Amino acid sequence: MVLPRLIPCLDCRDGRVVKGVRFQGLRDAGDPRERAARYDADGADELVLLDVSATPEGREAALDTVRRVREVLTIPLTVGGGVRTIADAERLLAAGADRVAVNTAAVQRPELLTQISTRLGTQCTVLALDAARPAAQGGATPEPEVPEFEVVVQSGRVRTGRSALEWATAATAAGAGEILLTSWDRDGTRTGYDLELIRAICEACTVPVIASGGAATARDLTAAIRAGASAVLVASMLHDGDTTVNAIKSELADTGVEIRR
Amino acid sequence: MTDVLIVPTGIANVASVEAAFRRLGANPRLCDDKAAIASAAAVVLPGVGTFGAGMQRLSELDLVAPLRDRIRAGFPTLAICLGLQLLARGSAESPGVTGLGILDATITRLPATVRVPQLGWNHVEPNGTGALEAGLAVFANTYCLESAPLGWTAATTNYGTRFVSALARGAVLACQFHPEISGDYGQRLLGRWLETALETV
Repeated sequence: MVLPRLIPCLDCRDGRVVKGVRFQGLRDAGDPRERAARYDADGADELVLLDVSATPEGREAALDTVRRVREVLTIPLTVGGGVRTIADAERLLAAGADRVAVNTAAVQRPELLTQISTRLGTQCTVLALDAARPAAQGGATPEPEVPEFEVVVQSGRVRTGRSALEWATAATAAGAGEILLTSWDRDGTRTGYDLELIRAICEACTVPVIASGGAATARDLTAAIRAGASAVLVASMLHDGDTTVNAIKSELADTGVEIRR
Repeated sequence: MTDVLIVPTGIANVASVEAAFRRLGANPRLCDDKAAIASAAAVVLPGVGTFGAGMQRLSELDLVAPLRDRIRAGFPTLAICLGLQLLARGSAESPGVTGLGILDATITRLPATVRVPQLGWNHVEPNGTGALEAGLAVFANTYCLESAPLGWTAATTNYGTRFVSALARGAVLACQFHPEISGDYGQRLLGRWLETALETV
């Protein structure tokens, strides 16, 4: 059977790796090519590169980053961030991505997923889904129409009111071949994955799901895999330098998870 | 430097294929010239998108006959992912579309008991000794070849069902997985295929 994947994530801005908490307060975390080569050599199964630039210049820098990373990277590369058109997706693939992840633009125009999957294949089409639990209502009972997990877009700044489960189902029907599922509540907090969210999305759809947001220990990763995730995304754990891909994989193996060594 | 001609079947991850061959010291380049594809020392048929779209592209480029002829003649050719599936007679993915017909088989969908597409590393298990090595390789497929045709050395993989993950016959190699992004395992496989190609010329 296909093995669960451990996927380091590089958030990049203007050619550098950055990392924040809940998508804010970004701090420098190194050169993407250097990081990519190290994670590859250390046994990473794949790499995700998210461009968090907000400017046209930043987008150009991201393409150059993808080219530089591709030269040294011998494992699959998924690139996301700011993909708004089929042309954006094609540019990323031409630069060296194997798959592209679409987020905000797909929520606004689900047909973008259909366009990308028709042209490049469903295996190339990743839906980046950022989900949040309802905001605290000052102790009041949440409104019944508020979904348990809500889609958030524009780096978490905008709550859509749309159910994450319903969107996951609709997006895979539109052509998404994988879901990169980020818990907005847990992102960068190192408090563990939102396992209920992972279980709910894995039940709602039949494509592979990458769990993201909140991993602090190998135990968290094992829990996400047991909850149904096909892959686990890690960023803060690695960038802070307190562990390595290889060490995490040893711990995963110790917990009984069959993983590529 | 060895020229490696890549058939432009679409955009997809051709940059990854090129990068892998550059790391091996070869000179990969896209080429849709019929005569060059017919006679080149090393040709790669990468696969992207659907079976129907892939065959349509090959027809438009008038490359169906040159590819079929060079593979039948045993000229060094590497088919990747959809490239392997295009060697079949047809596919459940695109009913009515005729493939290259080199393999007397039809491509089927992976079973509904597993998450599709299959994405990630899975075990490649050679049926015998020969060009194929046991190991882990990267897959990204929804469709598959169920059984190995006669006359080919095969490797198989299990994902809901057992399917053919690689086929080899002389200098012709077809992989359902992606050697260009399968780490050291993939680089070794590409390196061996290049060596075979050089010996064959």
